[in-house]
Amino acid sequence: MASILDIDSISVRYGAIEALHKVSMKVSEGDIIALIGANGAGKSTLLKAIVNQVPLAEGSISFGGEVTGTSEKHRKSVPTHLLSKRGIALVPEGRHVFADMTVEENLDMGAFLVDDARLIARKKEEMFDFFPILGARKAQKTRSLSGGEQQMMAIARALMSSPRLLLLDEPGLGLAPLVVQDIFNKIAMINEQDKVTVFLVEQNARMALKASSSAYCLENGNIVLSGPSDELLVNDRVRAAYLGE
Amino acid sequence: MLNFFQLIIIYAGIYALMAIGQNCITGNTGMLSLCHAGFYCIGSYVTAIICKTMGLPFWFSLPVAAVAAGLVGFLIGVPTLRLKGDYLCIATLGLGEIIRNIATNVNPVGINSVPRAALFGYQFSSRNKLTFILLIWFFVMIAYVLFRQLAHSRIGRAMIAVREDEVAAQSNGINVTKYKIGAFTLGAAIGGVAGCFATAYTLTVSPGSYTFMVSVMVLCMVVLGGMGNLKGVILGAFIIEFISYFPQLVGLSSVIPAQASQVLYGLVLVIMMICRPQGILGRDRYRYGSQVKKGARKAAGAKEA
Repeated sequence: MASILDIDSISVRYGAIEALHKVSMKVSEGDIIALIGANGAGKSTLLKAIVNQVPLAEGSISFGGEVTGTSEKHRKSVPTHLLSKRGIALVPEGRHVFADMTVEENLDMGAFLVDDARLIARKKEEMFDFFPILGARKAQKTRSLSGGEQQMMAIARALMSSPRLLLLDEPGLGLAPLVVQDIFNKIAMINEQDKVTVFLVEQNARMALKASSSAYCLENGNIVLSGPSDELLVNDRVRAAYLGE
Repeated sequence: MLNFFQLIIIYAGIYALMAIGQNCITGNTGMLSLCHAGFYCIGSYVTAIICKTMGLPFWFSLPVAAVAAGLVGFLIGVPTLRLKGDYLCIATLGLGEIIRNIATNVNPVGINSVPRAALFGYQFSSRNKLTFILLIWFFVMIAYVLFRQLAHSRIGRAMIAVREDEVAAQSNGINVTKYKIGAFTLGAAIGGVAGCFATAYTLTVSPGSYTFMVSVMVLCMVVLGGMGNLKGVILGAFIIEFISYFPQLVGLSSVIPAQASQVLYGLVLVIMMICRPQGILGRDRYRYGSQVKKGARKAAGAKEA
């Protein structure tokens, strides 16, 4: 299948420190891709680079065949807030909900660039069907939701813009194993039903590898391993470093 | 005594305009800025220069004061709004002082005997306070309605999203920089309008009246009344003005030093932070979602018809 996101040997530097070194990835349309790695490996930097929140020192990124991020001086990267219009939705690490707004208002914010009021209303109904707990809590302030509910809301908010690519940064962070399982099931359903390509960054390697079709492993800013997820699950190096076996 | 109450109401009106501007910046968009005295200063000077030096009518100076203050707000905003929280606070504090120092160095005396504002031949003078109250509060009402509409519009919704969480706002397609600079410019412009009315009332401008304390007072009004709540900030303007004139009001200005009001602001703020940190009236309910639903229903109805 055609690749929807093409990362072409990008490097990102924070001053003298190189956070990513010539990283290349291809994400095929309709896949679930997992990116695993330890703390400080550069996972979040890679996501930030995809949404152009950090400048690229080298390489380029294209989405759907168009260049969205570049290191060349005379060409400009697409600003973060416009990527949402192109079909990239990011669920940031630590959820980042609008805590003082209700669940429904948060979903409205997710459709900020959508002009069609009927489409927004329909999308909201879809989200309330898909996440019944959000439907039950739609008039509540997001502050009062549990961590798992907030994470689901953050995902639902990202889906409001009908994205083609969903970027998830640590969706299981700080949640109980059962809740994490629930969220991963939902992610699989989103991928299957809505044909949304999912790019998953996760420290919980076992969960991420089970949920994804292929995976990349990042260490100190380098891609050290990549391949189908079921192969990585039995790879000795992955088992020793990330699965604790 | 009645005269004195009228004076407080006039100043409360002028400060209410500034507080509405500060509320747009701090209450809605969440930027802690401390340079409203600077915008107030610009509005005052522009009015004084236009009315006295150039001899043009007051009503011409009003939009010019707003545009001039807004422009300065925009120019200050572009480089400083990358900063957040206390860093932004310190940067804007410095900028407010720079504006005042420029005014002091150019002309330490200020400008006196500015011509009065007139409407259909009627001159607004400080002797007839009642008409001036009507004038200033008419404009406070206009500002209130405009900023309320703004807060409940798509733009206001984006501003609130920026206040709540910048990362989330950006990933939902909101141009954070654009809305921050926009809110700052608008807030500055209304600060300029306040300065314009202050000149029209006192008919003098002097650099000594645009100190850092003015910015602090305006911020106090917003915090006291309730951040993001327009009714609240107007109430806050009343209370702070009342406190600052309290010694004169009870006839003890010879006993109580002028600085006592600063102690009172501090006391009020400390008590507020302990008992009711969200302000007297609290945050305004944000109501965009219900409007979207109404729009959707209307659209659906139109389709059926």
